[in-house]
Amino acid sequence: MSTQKLKEIIKQVLPDVETVICWQEGFDKLNVTPIFITSPEQADKVVWNALCAQNLASYLPSQKKKVAVAVKGCDSRTIVQYMQEGLIDRNNVVIIGIPCKGVISKKKVQKAIGNEPVEDVTFTDGSVKVKTPSGEKTFAIADVCPSKCTSCQFPTPIVYDQLTADAIQSDKPAESVYADVAELEGKTLEERRAYFLSQFDKCIRCYACRNACPMCVCQDSCIAETRDPHWITQKLSLDEKLMFHMIHALHLAGRCVECGECERVCPMEIPVAKLKKKINKEMKELFDYTPGVNPEDKPPMYTFNVDEAKIKEHKL
Amino acid sequence: MSEVAPKELRIVGFLCNWCSYGGADTAGVGRFKQPTDLRIIRVPCSGRVDPMFVVRALITGADGVLVSGCHPRDCHYSDGNFYARRRLEMLKRLLPFLGIDDKRFHYTWVSASEGAKWQQVVTDFTKQVHALGPMHQK
Repeated sequence: MSTQKLKEIIKQVLPDVETVICWQEGFDKLNVTPIFITSPEQADKVVWNALCAQNLASYLPSQKKKVAVAVKGCDSRTIVQYMQEGLIDRNNVVIIGIPCKGVISKKKVQKAIGNEPVEDVTFTDGSVKVKTPSGEKTFAIADVCPSKCTSCQFPTPIVYDQLTADAIQSDKPAESVYADVAELEGKTLEERRAYFLSQFDKCIRCYACRNACPMCVCQDSCIAETRDPHWITQKLSLDEKLMFHMIHALHLAGRCVECGECERVCPMEIPVAKLKKKINKEMKELFDYTPGVNPEDKPPMYTFNVDEAKIKEHKL
Repeated sequence: MSEVAPKELRIVGFLCNWCSYGGADTAGVGRFKQPTDLRIIRVPCSGRVDPMFVVRALITGADGVLVSGCHPRDCHYSDGNFYARRRLEMLKRLLPFLGIDDKRFHYTWVSASEGAKWQQVVTDFTKQVHALGPMHQK
Protein backbone atom coordinates (compact mmCIF):
# COMPACT_ATOMS: atom_id res chain seq x y z
CA MET A 1 0.00 0.00 0.00
CA SER A 2 2.64 2.40 1.15
CA THR A 3 5.00 0.89 -1.44
CA GLN A 4 2.55 1.75 -4.21
CA LYS A 5 2.39 5.36 -3.05
CA LEU A 6 6.19 5.44 -2.84
CA LYS A 7 6.52 4.28 -6.46
CA GLU A 8 4.03 6.92 -7.57
CA ILE A 9 5.94 9.66 -5.80
CA ILE A 10 9.24 8.47 -7.28
CA LYS A 11 7.81 8.58 -10.82
CA GLN A 12 6.42 12.03 -10.09
CA VAL A 13 9.69 13.56 -8.80
CA LEU A 14 12.05 11.75 -11.20
CA PRO A 15 11.90 14.38 -14.01
CA ASP A 16 13.17 17.07 -11.61
CA VAL A 17 16.13 15.17 -10.19
CA GLU A 18 19.20 13.29 -11.37
CA THR A 19 18.73 10.23 -9.18
CA VAL A 20 16.26 8.85 -6.68
CA ILE A 21 17.85 6.86 -3.88
CA CYS A 22 15.61 4.13 -2.48
CA TRP A 23 15.62 0.43 -1.48
CA GLN A 24 15.22 -2.69 -3.62
CA GLU A 25 15.21 -6.40 -2.91
CA GLY A 26 18.67 -7.83 -2.31
CA PHE A 27 20.15 -11.24 -3.14
CA ASP A 28 17.48 -12.99 -1.10
CA LYS A 29 14.18 -12.16 0.53
CA LEU A 30 15.78 -11.17 3.84
CA ASN A 31 18.11 -8.62 2.29
CA VAL A 32 17.36 -5.17 1.01
CA THR A 33 19.91 -3.08 -0.86
CA PRO A 34 20.00 0.53 -2.12
CA ILE A 35 18.89 1.38 -5.64
CA PHE A 36 19.82 4.52 -7.56
CA ILE A 37 16.91 5.21 -9.88
CA THR A 38 17.47 7.16 -13.07
CA SER A 39 14.60 5.92 -15.27
CA PRO A 40 10.87 5.40 -14.56
CA GLU A 41 11.04 1.61 -15.26
CA GLN A 42 13.47 1.15 -12.38
CA ALA A 43 10.92 2.62 -10.01
CA ASP A 44 8.98 -0.66 -10.11
CA LYS A 45 11.86 -2.48 -8.41
CA VAL A 46 11.46 -0.35 -5.29
CA VAL A 47 10.43 -1.99 -2.04
CA TRP A 48 9.40 -0.57 1.29
CA ASN A 49 9.07 -2.90 4.28
CA ALA A 50 10.50 -3.41 7.73
CA LEU A 51 13.76 -4.71 6.24
CA CYS A 52 14.66 -1.25 4.91
CA ALA A 53 16.91 -0.44 7.85
CA GLN A 54 19.75 1.20 5.95
CA ASN A 55 20.08 4.96 6.31
CA LEU A 56 20.07 6.24 2.72
CA ALA A 57 20.62 9.85 3.77
CA SER A 58 24.31 8.93 4.19
CA TYR A 59 24.74 9.20 0.41
CA LEU A 60 23.72 12.86 0.28
CA PRO A 61 26.98 14.77 1.00
CA SER A 62 28.74 13.00 -1.90
CA GLN A 63 26.00 13.82 -4.44
CA LYS A 64 26.90 16.60 -6.85
CA LYS A 65 23.51 17.09 -8.52
CA LYS A 66 19.93 17.33 -7.37
CA VAL A 67 18.71 14.03 -5.92
CA ALA A 68 15.67 12.63 -4.18
CA VAL A 69 16.01 10.29 -1.23
CA ALA A 70 13.61 8.07 0.69
CA VAL A 71 13.97 8.46 4.46
CA LYS A 72 12.43 7.05 7.60
CA GLY A 73 11.95 9.23 10.67
CA CYS A 74 15.33 8.34 12.16
CA ASP A 75 17.11 8.90 8.83
CA SER A 76 15.62 12.37 8.52
CA ARG A 77 17.62 13.46 11.58
CA THR A 78 20.75 12.82 9.51
CA ILE A 79 19.50 15.30 6.90
CA VAL A 80 18.71 17.90 9.56
CA GLN A 81 22.22 17.50 10.98
CA TYR A 82 23.74 17.86 7.48
CA MET A 83 21.77 21.10 7.12
CA GLN A 84 23.03 22.38 10.48
CA GLU A 85 26.62 21.69 9.48
CA GLY A 86 26.24 23.04 5.95
CA LEU A 87 27.11 19.70 4.35
CA ILE A 88 24.18 19.71 1.93
CA ASP A 89 22.12 22.30 0.12
CA ARG A 90 18.46 21.75 1.01
CA ASN A 91 17.42 23.08 -2.42
CA ASN A 92 19.27 20.20 -4.06
CA VAL A 93 17.49 17.46 -2.13
CA VAL A 94 13.94 16.20 -2.50
CA ILE A 95 13.00 14.29 0.64
CA ILE A 96 10.46 11.50 0.37
CA GLY A 97 9.39 10.86 3.95
CA ILE A 98 8.12 7.48 5.07
CA PRO A 99 6.36 7.17 8.44
CA CYS A 100 7.84 4.03 9.98
CA LYS A 101 6.61 1.75 12.77
CA GLY A 102 9.92 0.02 13.32
CA VAL A 103 12.44 -1.94 11.28
CA ILE A 104 13.93 -5.41 11.65
CA SER A 105 17.40 -6.29 12.78
CA LYS A 106 18.49 -8.87 10.21
CA LYS A 107 21.00 -10.33 12.65
CA LYS A 108 18.32 -11.02 15.25
CA VAL A 109 16.14 -12.84 12.70
CA GLN A 110 19.06 -14.87 11.39
CA LYS A 111 19.96 -15.90 14.91
CA ALA A 112 16.37 -16.92 15.63
CA ILE A 113 16.16 -19.12 12.52
CA GLY A 114 19.57 -20.68 13.12
CA ASN A 115 21.16 -19.02 10.06
CA GLU A 116 19.19 -21.21 7.67
CA PRO A 117 18.69 -20.07 4.07
CA VAL A 118 15.60 -17.94 3.68
CA GLU A 119 13.01 -18.93 1.07
CA ASP A 120 10.39 -16.28 1.64
CA VAL A 121 9.57 -13.37 3.91
CA THR A 122 6.07 -11.98 4.24
CA PHE A 123 4.81 -9.07 6.31
CA THR A 124 1.53 -8.65 8.07
CA ASP A 125 0.70 -5.72 10.31
CA GLY A 126 3.28 -5.71 13.12
CA SER A 127 4.76 -9.12 12.41
CA VAL A 128 7.00 -10.91 9.95
CA LYS A 129 6.80 -14.51 8.70
CA VAL A 130 10.08 -16.12 7.61
CA LYS A 131 10.03 -19.34 5.56
CA THR A 132 13.08 -21.63 5.69
CA PRO A 133 13.61 -25.25 4.48
CA SER A 134 12.71 -26.52 7.96
CA GLY A 135 9.44 -24.61 8.28
CA GLU A 136 7.91 -21.20 8.94
CA LYS A 137 8.47 -18.90 11.87
CA THR A 138 6.56 -15.76 12.78
CA PHE A 139 8.10 -12.91 14.77
CA ALA A 140 6.56 -9.75 16.12
CA ILE A 141 8.56 -6.84 14.70
CA ALA A 142 8.86 -5.43 18.22
CA ASP A 143 10.80 -8.59 19.21
CA VAL A 144 13.35 -8.47 16.39
CA CYS A 145 13.81 -4.71 16.02
CA PRO A 146 17.13 -2.94 16.68
CA SER A 147 17.35 -1.21 20.06
CA LYS A 148 16.85 2.25 18.49
CA CYS A 149 13.26 1.34 17.56
CA THR A 150 12.31 0.48 21.13
CA SER A 151 12.74 4.14 22.11
CA CYS A 152 11.94 5.84 18.79
CA GLN A 153 10.87 9.46 19.23
CA PHE A 154 10.54 10.36 15.55
CA PRO A 155 8.53 7.74 13.61
CA THR A 156 7.61 10.44 11.07
CA PRO A 157 10.42 12.34 9.30
CA ILE A 158 11.21 15.78 10.73
CA VAL A 159 11.81 17.31 7.28
CA TYR A 160 10.19 16.10 4.08
CA ASP A 161 8.76 17.29 0.78
CA GLN A 162 6.40 14.39 0.22
CA LEU A 163 4.96 11.89 2.66
CA THR A 164 3.95 8.36 1.63
CA ALA A 165 1.39 7.86 4.39
CA ASP A 166 -0.27 9.71 7.24
CA ALA A 167 2.09 11.00 9.92
CA ILE A 168 2.26 8.93 13.11
CA GLN A 169 3.14 10.03 16.62
CA SER A 170 5.66 8.34 18.89
CA ASP A 171 4.14 6.23 21.66
CA LYS A 172 7.46 5.71 23.47
CA PRO A 173 8.34 7.76 26.56
CA ALA A 174 11.16 10.30 26.06
CA GLU A 175 13.04 8.89 29.08
CA SER A 176 13.46 5.53 27.36
CA VAL A 177 15.99 6.98 24.86
CA TYR A 178 18.86 7.02 27.35
CA ALA A 179 17.67 4.14 29.54
CA ASP A 180 20.61 1.92 28.54
CA VAL A 181 23.11 4.69 29.28
CA ALA A 182 21.48 5.36 32.65
CA GLU A 183 21.68 1.66 33.49
CA LEU A 184 25.44 1.65 32.86
CA GLU A 185 25.85 4.84 34.86
CA GLY A 186 24.36 3.02 37.82
CA LYS A 187 27.26 0.58 37.86
CA THR A 188 30.63 1.13 39.52
CA LEU A 189 33.66 2.55 37.75
CA GLU A 190 35.37 -0.85 37.68
CA GLU A 191 32.31 -2.60 36.27
CA ARG A 192 32.01 -0.08 33.49
CA ARG A 193 35.70 -0.32 32.70
CA ALA A 194 35.52 -4.11 32.54
CA TYR A 195 32.38 -3.91 30.38
CA PHE A 196 33.84 -1.55 27.80
CA LEU A 197 37.23 -3.25 27.66
CA SER A 198 35.62 -6.65 27.07
CA GLN A 199 33.36 -5.18 24.37
CA PHE A 200 36.11 -3.28 22.55
CA ASP A 201 38.41 -6.28 22.81
CA LYS A 202 36.13 -7.99 20.27
CA CYS A 203 36.82 -5.25 17.72
CA ILE A 204 38.59 -6.46 14.57
CA ARG A 205 39.14 -2.88 13.38
CA CYS A 206 37.32 -3.39 10.11
CA TYR A 207 36.14 0.24 10.47
CA ALA A 208 32.70 -0.73 9.17
CA CYS A 209 31.13 1.45 11.89
CA ARG A 210 33.01 4.45 10.57
CA ASN A 211 32.27 3.67 6.93
CA ALA A 212 28.56 3.30 7.63
CA CYS A 213 28.34 6.34 9.89
CA PRO A 214 26.48 9.18 8.13
CA MET A 215 28.28 11.82 10.22
CA CYS A 216 31.79 10.43 9.52
CA VAL A 217 32.21 12.72 6.54
CA CYS A 218 36.03 12.70 6.49
CA GLN A 219 36.05 9.09 5.21
CA ASP A 220 39.30 8.70 3.22
CA SER A 221 41.14 11.30 5.25
CA CYS A 222 40.06 9.84 8.61
CA ILE A 223 42.83 10.23 11.17
CA ALA A 224 42.52 6.55 12.06
CA GLU A 225 44.38 5.80 8.85
CA THR A 226 46.61 8.78 8.15
CA ARG A 227 50.36 8.42 8.68
CA ASP A 228 50.74 12.07 9.52
CA PRO A 229 49.47 12.53 12.18
CA HIS A 230 49.88 8.90 13.17
CA TRP A 231 47.22 8.55 15.85
CA ILE A 232 46.91 4.78 15.87
CA THR A 233 49.18 2.04 14.65
CA GLN A 234 48.50 -1.32 13.03
CA LYS A 235 49.44 -3.06 16.27
CA LEU A 236 46.82 -5.57 17.39
CA SER A 237 46.19 -4.42 20.93
CA LEU A 238 43.32 -3.35 23.12
CA ASP A 239 44.84 0.12 23.48
CA GLU A 240 44.66 0.72 19.74
CA LYS A 241 41.10 -0.58 19.54
CA LEU A 242 40.04 1.66 22.42
CA MET A 243 41.82 4.55 20.76
CA PHE A 244 39.89 4.03 17.52
CA HIS A 245 36.56 3.99 19.30
CA MET A 246 37.51 7.14 21.20
CA ILE A 247 38.33 8.87 17.89
CA HIS A 248 34.92 7.90 16.57
CA ALA A 249 33.09 8.99 19.73
CA LEU A 250 34.93 12.29 20.22
CA HIS A 251 34.63 13.32 16.57
CA LEU A 252 30.87 12.73 16.86
CA ALA A 253 30.53 14.70 20.09
CA GLY A 254 27.18 16.47 19.87
CA ARG A 255 26.72 15.32 16.26
CA CYS A 256 25.59 11.68 16.53
CA VAL A 257 22.01 11.38 15.25
CA GLU A 258 21.54 7.91 16.79
CA CYS A 259 20.58 6.24 13.53
CA GLY A 260 22.18 3.01 14.75
CA GLU A 261 24.08 2.30 11.53
CA CYS A 262 27.33 1.61 13.42
CA GLU A 263 25.73 -1.13 15.49
CA ARG A 264 23.82 -2.53 12.52
CA VAL A 265 26.98 -3.10 10.48
CA CYS A 266 29.30 -4.23 13.29
CA PRO A 267 30.25 -7.86 12.57
CA MET A 268 31.30 -8.40 16.20
CA GLU A 269 28.12 -7.00 17.75
CA ILE A 270 29.92 -4.34 19.77
CA PRO A 271 27.59 -1.68 21.28
CA VAL A 272 29.45 1.00 19.33
CA ALA A 273 26.81 3.69 19.85
CA LYS A 274 26.90 3.64 23.67
CA LEU A 275 29.72 6.18 24.05
CA LYS A 276 28.04 8.53 21.57
CA LYS A 277 24.71 8.25 23.31
CA LYS A 278 26.39 9.10 26.60
CA ILE A 279 27.85 12.26 25.04
CA ASN A 280 24.44 13.14 23.59
CA LYS A 281 22.89 12.73 27.02
CA GLU A 282 25.42 15.18 28.45
CA MET A 283 24.85 17.62 25.56
CA LYS A 284 21.15 17.55 26.35
CA GLU A 285 21.88 18.29 29.99
CA LEU A 286 24.56 20.96 29.42
CA PHE A 287 23.27 22.79 26.36
CA ASP A 288 19.71 21.48 25.95
CA TYR A 289 20.72 20.26 22.52
CA THR A 290 19.56 17.18 20.62
CA PRO A 291 21.37 16.46 17.34
CA GLY A 292 19.36 16.42 14.13
CA VAL A 293 16.09 17.87 15.36
CA ASN A 294 16.06 21.56 14.48
CA PRO A 295 17.77 22.77 11.25
CA GLU A 296 18.28 26.21 12.83
CA ASP A 297 20.35 24.88 15.77
CA LYS A 298 24.12 25.00 15.88
CA PRO A 299 26.06 21.92 17.10
CA PRO A 300 27.31 22.69 20.64
CA MET A 301 30.99 22.09 19.85
CA TYR A 302 30.86 24.63 16.99
CA THR A 303 29.92 27.49 19.26
CA PHE A 304 30.15 28.80 22.83
CA ASN A 305 28.62 31.13 25.38
CA VAL A 306 30.82 33.59 27.21
CA ASP A 307 29.04 32.64 30.42
CA GLU A 308 28.19 28.96 30.43
CA ALA A 309 25.19 28.47 32.68
CA LYS A 310 25.75 24.80 33.39
CA ILE A 311 29.56 24.43 33.34
CA LYS A 312 30.95 24.95 36.81
CA GLU A 313 34.64 25.30 37.56
CA HIS A 314 36.07 22.09 39.00
CA LYS A 315 37.75 22.22 42.37
CA LEU A 316 40.74 20.06 43.26
CA MET B 1 65.91 6.16 58.02
CA SER B 2 63.87 9.20 57.28
CA GLU B 3 60.66 8.85 55.28
CA VAL B 4 61.11 7.78 51.67
CA ALA B 5 59.51 9.94 48.98
CA PRO B 6 56.68 8.06 47.20
CA LYS B 7 57.43 6.81 43.72
CA GLU B 8 56.96 9.49 41.12
CA LEU B 9 53.97 9.21 38.79
CA ARG B 10 53.64 10.46 35.25
CA ILE B 11 51.41 13.50 34.89
CA VAL B 12 51.13 15.33 31.58
CA GLY B 13 50.30 19.02 31.55
CA PHE B 14 49.06 20.90 28.48
CA LEU B 15 49.71 24.59 29.13
CA CYS B 16 48.77 27.51 26.97
CA ASN B 17 51.71 29.62 25.91
CA TRP B 18 50.28 32.98 26.99
CA CYS B 19 48.94 32.44 30.51
CA SER B 20 49.55 29.14 32.23
CA TYR B 21 53.02 28.56 30.80
CA GLY B 22 53.89 32.04 31.98
CA GLY B 23 52.28 31.25 35.33
CA ALA B 24 54.45 28.15 35.68
CA ASP B 25 57.45 30.31 34.80
CA THR B 26 56.48 32.86 37.44
CA ALA B 27 56.25 30.05 39.99
CA GLY B 28 59.71 28.88 38.95
CA VAL B 29 61.25 32.33 39.11
CA GLY B 30 59.65 32.83 42.51
CA ARG B 31 61.28 29.54 43.62
CA PHE B 32 57.98 28.06 44.77
CA LYS B 33 58.44 24.41 45.72
CA GLN B 34 56.42 22.07 43.48
CA PRO B 35 56.13 18.31 43.00
CA THR B 36 58.17 17.02 40.07
CA ASP B 37 55.67 14.53 38.60
CA LEU B 38 54.35 16.97 36.02
CA ARG B 39 55.76 17.00 32.45
CA ILE B 40 54.71 20.16 30.70
CA ILE B 41 53.80 20.37 27.02
CA ARG B 42 53.44 23.92 25.75
CA VAL B 43 50.57 24.55 23.34
CA PRO B 44 49.69 27.83 21.62
CA CYS B 45 46.26 28.01 23.26
CA SER B 46 44.01 25.79 25.37
CA GLY B 47 41.78 25.74 22.27
CA ARG B 48 44.55 23.73 20.62
CA VAL B 49 44.02 20.90 23.10
CA ASP B 50 42.08 18.22 21.26
CA PRO B 51 40.34 15.92 23.80
CA MET B 52 42.14 13.18 21.87
CA PHE B 53 45.45 14.46 23.33
CA VAL B 54 44.16 13.72 26.81
CA VAL B 55 42.77 10.31 25.88
CA ARG B 56 45.96 9.34 24.05
CA ALA B 57 48.08 10.33 27.04
CA LEU B 58 45.91 8.38 29.47
CA ILE B 59 45.78 5.27 27.29
CA THR B 60 49.49 5.19 26.50
CA GLY B 61 50.87 5.55 29.99
CA ALA B 62 50.09 8.80 31.79
CA ASP B 63 48.58 8.56 35.26
CA GLY B 64 47.00 11.98 35.11
CA VAL B 65 46.46 14.85 32.68
CA LEU B 66 46.22 18.53 33.53
CA VAL B 67 45.06 21.15 31.05
CA SER B 68 45.45 24.83 31.88
CA GLY B 69 44.74 27.96 29.90
CA CYS B 70 43.96 31.64 30.26
CA HIS B 71 40.97 32.64 32.35
CA PRO B 72 37.74 32.86 30.34
CA ARG B 73 37.51 36.33 28.70
CA ASP B 74 41.35 36.62 28.92
CA CYS B 75 42.27 34.40 25.98
CA HIS B 76 45.13 35.77 23.87
CA TYR B 77 43.11 34.75 20.78
CA SER B 78 39.86 36.05 22.34
CA ASP B 79 37.77 32.86 22.16
CA GLY B 80 40.07 29.79 22.16
CA ASN B 81 39.42 28.86 25.76
CA PHE B 82 35.64 29.19 25.36
CA TYR B 83 35.73 26.33 22.85
CA ALA B 84 38.19 24.45 25.05
CA ARG B 85 35.86 24.75 28.03
CA ARG B 86 33.03 22.98 26.19
CA ARG B 87 35.26 20.22 24.82
CA LEU B 88 37.04 19.54 28.07
CA GLU B 89 33.81 19.52 30.05
CA MET B 90 32.41 16.96 27.60
CA LEU B 91 35.52 14.83 28.08
CA LYS B 92 35.41 15.20 31.85
CA ARG B 93 31.91 13.72 31.80
CA LEU B 94 32.74 10.97 29.29
CA LEU B 95 35.85 9.54 30.99
CA PRO B 96 34.10 8.08 34.07
CA PHE B 97 31.53 6.44 31.78
CA LEU B 98 34.39 4.59 30.14
CA GLY B 99 35.70 3.52 33.52
CA ILE B 100 38.53 6.06 33.85
CA ASP B 101 38.35 8.00 37.10
CA ASP B 102 37.69 11.65 36.23
CA LYS B 103 39.99 12.65 39.11
CA ARG B 104 42.88 11.76 36.79
CA PHE B 105 41.91 14.60 34.50
CA HIS B 106 41.63 18.23 35.50
CA TYR B 107 41.28 21.46 33.58
CA THR B 108 41.72 24.90 35.06
CA TRP B 109 42.63 28.51 34.30
CA VAL B 110 45.85 30.12 35.57
CA SER B 111 47.16 33.50 34.43
CA ALA B 112 50.82 34.45 33.93
CA SER B 113 50.93 36.43 37.18
CA GLU B 114 49.44 33.67 39.34
CA GLY B 115 52.65 31.85 40.32
CA ALA B 116 51.27 30.97 43.73
CA LYS B 117 48.04 29.65 42.27
CA TRP B 118 50.04 27.50 39.85
CA GLN B 119 51.99 26.02 42.73
CA GLN B 120 48.71 25.24 44.47
CA VAL B 121 47.18 23.60 41.37
CA VAL B 122 50.22 21.39 40.73
CA THR B 123 50.52 20.36 44.36
CA ASP B 124 46.83 19.56 44.77
CA PHE B 125 46.48 17.73 41.46
CA THR B 126 49.62 15.66 42.07
CA LYS B 127 48.28 14.76 45.51
CA GLN B 128 44.95 13.76 43.98
CA VAL B 129 46.58 11.50 41.37
CA HIS B 130 48.88 9.97 43.99
CA ALA B 131 45.83 9.08 46.07
CA LEU B 132 44.56 7.02 43.11
CA GLY B 133 47.96 5.44 42.45
CA PRO B 134 49.36 4.36 39.08
CA MET B 135 46.84 3.84 36.32
CA HIS B 136 48.72 1.17 34.43
CA GLN B 137 49.86 -1.94 36.26
CA LYS B 138 53.35 -3.00 35.32
